[in-house]
Amino acid sequence: MSGFPILSIMLAVPFLGALWCLFAPGSAESRDQNARVTALAATLIDFALGIVLWVQYVPGGPRWQFVENSNLFGKFSWALGIDGIAMLLIVLSVFLMPICILASWKSITKRVPLYMATFLVTEIMMLGVFMAQDLYLFYVFFEGGLIPMYMTIGIWGGARRIYASYKFFLYTLLGSVLMLIAMLYMTQHAGTTSIPQLMAYNFTSQAQTWLWLCFFASFAVKMPMWPVHTWLPDAHVEAPTAGSVILAGVLLKLAGYGFIRFSLPMFPEASAHWMWLVFALSMIATVYTALVALVQKDMKKLIAYSSVAHMALVTFGLFAFNQQGIEGGFLVMLGHGLVSGALFLCVGVVYDRLHTREISRYGGIADNMPAYATFFLFFTMASVGLPGLSNFPGEFLSMMGTYEQSSWAAFIAVTGIITGAAYMLYLYRRIAFGPRKNADAAAMPDLEPREWLTLAPIALAVLWMGVYPESFLKPIRGDVVLLLERLHPTAPASDAALKIPHKPAAAAVAGEH
Amino acid sequence: MDYVSSFALSLPEEILSAGAIVLMLVVAWAGDKSARVIGYVSVALLAAAAVALIGAPTSGAVGYAGAFHADTFAGFAKLLIYVSSAVAILIAPGFFETDNEPLRAEYSVLILLAAVGMGMMVSAADLLTLYVGLELNSLASYVLASFLRRDSRSAESGLKYFVLGALASGILLYGISLLYGFSGGTGFATVAQAFHGTTHGDPAYYGLLFGLVFVLAGLAFKIAAVPFHMWTPDVYEGAPTPVTAFFASAPKVAAMALTTRVAISAMGPATHDWQQIVIFCALASTILGGVAAIGQTNIKRLLAYSSINNVGFILFGLVPGTAEGASSVLFYLTIYIAMTLGSLICVLQMRTKDGLPTEQIASLAGLSRTRPGLAAAFAIFMFSLAGIPPLFGFWGKWEVFSALVAAGFWPLALIGIATSVIGAFYYLKIVKTIYFDEPAVELAPSRSLIEGVLIAIAALFVSPLGYLLIPAIELGTNAAAKSLF
Repeated sequence: MSGFPILSIMLAVPFLGALWCLFAPGSAESRDQNARVTALAATLIDFALGIVLWVQYVPGGPRWQFVENSNLFGKFSWALGIDGIAMLLIVLSVFLMPICILASWKSITKRVPLYMATFLVTEIMMLGVFMAQDLYLFYVFFEGGLIPMYMTIGIWGGARRIYASYKFFLYTLLGSVLMLIAMLYMTQHAGTTSIPQLMAYNFTSQAQTWLWLCFFASFAVKMPMWPVHTWLPDAHVEAPTAGSVILAGVLLKLAGYGFIRFSLPMFPEASAHWMWLVFALSMIATVYTALVALVQKDMKKLIAYSSVAHMALVTFGLFAFNQQGIEGGFLVMLGHGLVSGALFLCVGVVYDRLHTREISRYGGIADNMPAYATFFLFFTMASVGLPGLSNFPGEFLSMMGTYEQSSWAAFIAVTGIITGAAYMLYLYRRIAFGPRKNADAAAMPDLEPREWLTLAPIALAVLWMGVYPESFLKPIRGDVVLLLERLHPTAPASDAALKIPHKPAAAAVAGEH
Repeated sequence: MDYVSSFALSLPEEILSAGAIVLMLVVAWAGDKSARVIGYVSVALLAAAAVALIGAPTSGAVGYAGAFHADTFAGFAKLLIYVSSAVAILIAPGFFETDNEPLRAEYSVLILLAAVGMGMMVSAADLLTLYVGLELNSLASYVLASFLRRDSRSAESGLKYFVLGALASGILLYGISLLYGFSGGTGFATVAQAFHGTTHGDPAYYGLLFGLVFVLAGLAFKIAAVPFHMWTPDVYEGAPTPVTAFFASAPKVAAMALTTRVAISAMGPATHDWQQIVIFCALASTILGGVAAIGQTNIKRLLAYSSINNVGFILFGLVPGTAEGASSVLFYLTIYIAMTLGSLICVLQMRTKDGLPTEQIASLAGLSRTRPGLAAAFAIFMFSLAGIPPLFGFWGKWEVFSALVAAGFWPLALIGIATSVIGAFYYLKIVKTIYFDEPAVELAPSRSLIEGVLIAIAALFVSPLGYLLIPAIELGTNAAAKSLF
């Protein structure tokens, strides 16, 4: 594949699509339809290219593959390249994008060309973040993603869309600008803007401490971690369905990716030093957001809080400093991307029919929407962490890693699984079972073919991840080993009396499935 | 150096002054009918002056017995000044001719004279050249501010600018006299030597220090840095919009370049003394420029506060007093004039159906439905002013903060960049009005091709395509900054 700039092409396709959405001639209606078709075509092409990436990617090959580098900008360069971690996140993004376009096919009726163009720009920014091999290229994509998301929430959002869009933008901006200063400091001292080189550079432990905090400010907001998570429920509730899917499915993964790519390998000492902070915040998030989710009256808000709780499992795993933890944290990211995306789609399906997200307005819809209720149950079970579905392997590995590092943290983390089951099953009971108390809810028609097309692929992927997670672990294993080698000299002492050796454990875990 | 070679060094200024005088005579006979033609001739003169920069005027030589510095730093600043002046001339007819009175042909001549003054400011190697250049620019500006004679707001703007400008000139002149008295000369080199020769505790040192404070206060007025910013919102609001565009761009470049040169060439040995002043002004400007803009309902007032906010960021580049810092100042200015000119030309386009200009932010509501092109350009300028990547405005902030961090000022950089989030709020407010709100007043379609073209050029420059220009601009700013040291 050398010489064929597949990554640049993956960025160019949505860009051209966005231009055609905006500038295609014709009457208002034909332009709307043209924008839908163009956006779907562009995202499908990117999905096909994503599959090519996955097929062509050589696990155990060179660490960075599909590398491109040209010094276009003087002070930083157009450097792209991916490892297994980035590759899987790219595949997740391009997989969810066509589904988002399909989900907005009918529900978005005003300013369709602009909507589709905004979505395609979002896709460029997300893919760029995962592909960037240059510090500032990463930053440009990372921050640039704010603009289209701000527009999506602000123009096509719900009643409190203005408030939510401001909150989303300013919260994440404040976190990110601090990261910029840290990046400037890093380039001054390391003399390079290349991410792979910086990943091998040793900063002094004093510098690491505050560099880590600056990056943490950005990633903690984006993740989101307690107590800076409050923008997320607002943004989710107000965003249109597809916006929520992308927000939960991909944008929240940017922070986890940031931890893997920046915080851990670049500042290993500081990561070990601040492990207690990450664990403490994750413990609070696990307990607190689960309790908050239990009392929500709004479906989207409930799922949003469940996202915060799931993200706590990611941070637990990533900062466990062992293979199980990091691989588990990553799998939770992938699994949550699929499942929460699907859950938001499920909410969107009924919202399109009844235009309310109030849980109490529904009830007993398993009778009149059996297919829908089946899908919803399937994804609810996946979210709860039922073995055989996508979230189980990740959650299990993540908690195993956490337990190895700190039994107390693991103890708290496991309560999250129990409460998670509580609020998700409670939600499902109130919506799908019970008496059909609302006539309009009881009259809703079941899924139409377009909705089948959005939910079925995700369901298949969820099942695949649950039954054979090795497909998703194999590409990242080499990268995780390299990361652990980097972390090993400074890894904090674990409180486990019986240390599990790294290599055999990985093989054992792989063999279990 | 003999006078012939000195003349060669100031060729651009000669072209502009001679041209301005001839055009003034033409205007006296031809009258206001000739306004458009005079405008095009003036733009041609500015282009000729820009071409004349190649060669002796950027050779780095010092002419006129040490009073005039013809280096690349001045050359780069002059290029920016000429471009912004030309834009201010080009956009004028569209504004004035649709207004209650025709464009008076002296408009272009005044801008040419202001450009001469600004050229002298950035080339100054002597406190007197500095003062003469500054006054020439200011006097032309006072007239321009009150150019709509029958509009009381415009007259008020001119008067306010004049009174406060005279006060600032007085402060500046007082500082110059102190520097002269304690150093024994007015040349920047002499002043620098005097600073070099004294130490803390020396009586002469305090005299020089007072001179430094007063000179910086006078210059802070010209660049509208807090706490000398009070005139800006009133003047920007009252002045005719093309004049506001001019004020926000060319004189900002000139005064900022001048401040940089004075701080580095004349007061270089006292860097630690002026640093604290600049740090205060920079932080105060970014914070006040951000907070005060939030409540504004008039777009020109808001852009005035935005310019105060941006001046704060430019001053951050000056703080380290290094070549990298000076280079970042010029880089930021380059991007800044594109953003500010672009957004003010967008303001020019704000006319209601009956052709009356409107400046209310509320009248932008729903612009993205009625005029999507203009709305997109406006949004690009706003996001760029807020410094959000992938727009090019981000790179200006990058340059400035990179220079700060390189000089070890990272705590200041952290605070400074956090203040940029305050500013982001009101830029977002404009985007929100344009894109999220329901249409209120329908704006008239554009009548001016040239405004559309200029908006498109500026928008393309600050779009991500601008990043491709980084190596080229960097080449210029680095060469310019090097000539200061």
